[in-house]
Amino acid sequence: MCLAVPARIISLDASTEMAVVNLSGIHKEVSTVLIDDAAIGDYVLIHVGYALHKLSEEEAYRTLAMFDELAQMNEAEETLDEIV
Amino acid sequence: MKFVDEFRDGAIARKLAKTIAETALPDRQYRLMEFCGGHTHAIFRFGVQDLMPENVGFIHGPGCPVCVLPKGRIDNAIALVQQHDVILCTYADLIRVPASAQMSLLKAKADGGDIRMVYSTQDALHIARAHPQRQVVFFAIGFETTTPPTAIAIRQARAEGLNNFSVFCNHVLTPPAMRTILQAEGGASAHIDGILGPSHVSTIIGSQAYAFCAETFHVPLVIAGFEPLDVMQSTLMLIRQLNAGTAIIENEYTRVVTRAGNRKAQQLMAEVFELRPTFEWRGLGMLAQSALKIRHEFADLDAECRFNMPAITTADVKGCLCPAILRGLNKPTDCKLFGTVCTPENPMGACMVSSEGACAAYWSYGRFRRETTKQEVAA
Ligand code: SF4
Repeated sequence: MCLAVPARIISLDASTEMAVVNLSGIHKEVSTVLIDDAAIGDYVLIHVGYALHKLSEEEAYRTLAMFDELAQMNEAEETLDEIV
Repeated sequence: MKFVDEFRDGAIARKLAKTIAETALPDRQYRLMEFCGGHTHAIFRFGVQDLMPENVGFIHGPGCPVCVLPKGRIDNAIALVQQHDVILCTYADLIRVPASAQMSLLKAKADGGDIRMVYSTQDALHIARAHPQRQVVFFAIGFETTTPPTAIAIRQARAEGLNNFSVFCNHVLTPPAMRTILQAEGGASAHIDGILGPSHVSTIIGSQAYAFCAETFHVPLVIAGFEPLDVMQSTLMLIRQLNAGTAIIENEYTRVVTRAGNRKAQQLMAEVFELRPTFEWRGLGMLAQSALKIRHEFADLDAECRFNMPAITTADVKGCLCPAILRGLNKPTDCKLFGTVCTPENPMGACMVSSEGACAAYWSYGRFRRETTKQEVAA
């Protein structure tokens, strides 16, 4: 029920606060009433036809980098294990 | 899908699993409650439990709005259709939930009731505009994620003077339910060491809304995204906190959750809704200040004011363990009806109806691995 998915804004109508987003190739109309300063190209979280929040790409990459770092740490340990 | 697939990478999942196994201390149990049904679904769908060491177990919480909606409210909705001849607009999740006397919205629809599944509150407004001669009621359910869209529809109906539209409000709040579970002593709820905090509820209410978990109950909480790597990373963060003996609110889902949440949405909710003194939750009973009602300024758009809707209390199906499951005391497989009398095609309790319900998740993804799941929360 609370599922929401990230999608990219491809067009915007400021007067109606409606946007068209690209959701894995499907174009969908959503309301942007709940977010400020929506812009074309933004990733937003879509839930029941509304953009709930902007997705911070910077934070997304930071989280992914954290996973990566962790993976590398593991790898380094594994190599170390092999050497020892 | 961008910003989804990256968070499902199997190789990274295995690495994360290794770190979790190394970090979890072998001589203690980690009983972690995932509050949201969305997390329950993700844990089963992606087999996250199978990647955990034996002493790290997930307890499935009550964060599925369909699961916690008491039957009487669905009886009320059916009565709206059958006695008041309204067009009832509902999210698809509710359509098969069992009501009293073997009824459901689906059966009421088959009997000729005008029940329409909508994707958005905007669709419900369209239907009201298209049928000015009919009363159109939107059956609103959901936690804070789903509440702002209802508030917008109410404001819009007011602005347009759409007076054949009203809302049957069943919106509930996450923090009071969480507090109830943490407060329950003496075996009324399972013991919980840490909480995987809601994903999308938190985009609205912000991470600050959970401060009481740490301050009052000394239970750590990590706000976690719905993707499997998010769940695993958050689990690791909880284990680290528990090892260190800290209890703070952390946020793993920084890409959409901030400390303050969505202020615009919060303002809208405050403008349209107020707290109900008390509301019944399936499985948790009557909880004070745990749900929203439409403010009296908007009473003309409140279906509970427009139609005579008596409070209906009903008993759940005999043998259904949903109430205990929603409190983390039982597993779906403990229920005698599970998989025999009760299946997703023929659900006896709400936990089997929604794909986010614990019983449905077990049925779809977990029924062949009962043995492993049994050990997981050896309390
Ligand atoms: S299996 Fe069915 S009857 Fe048993 S607890 Fe789950 S929903 Fe209720």
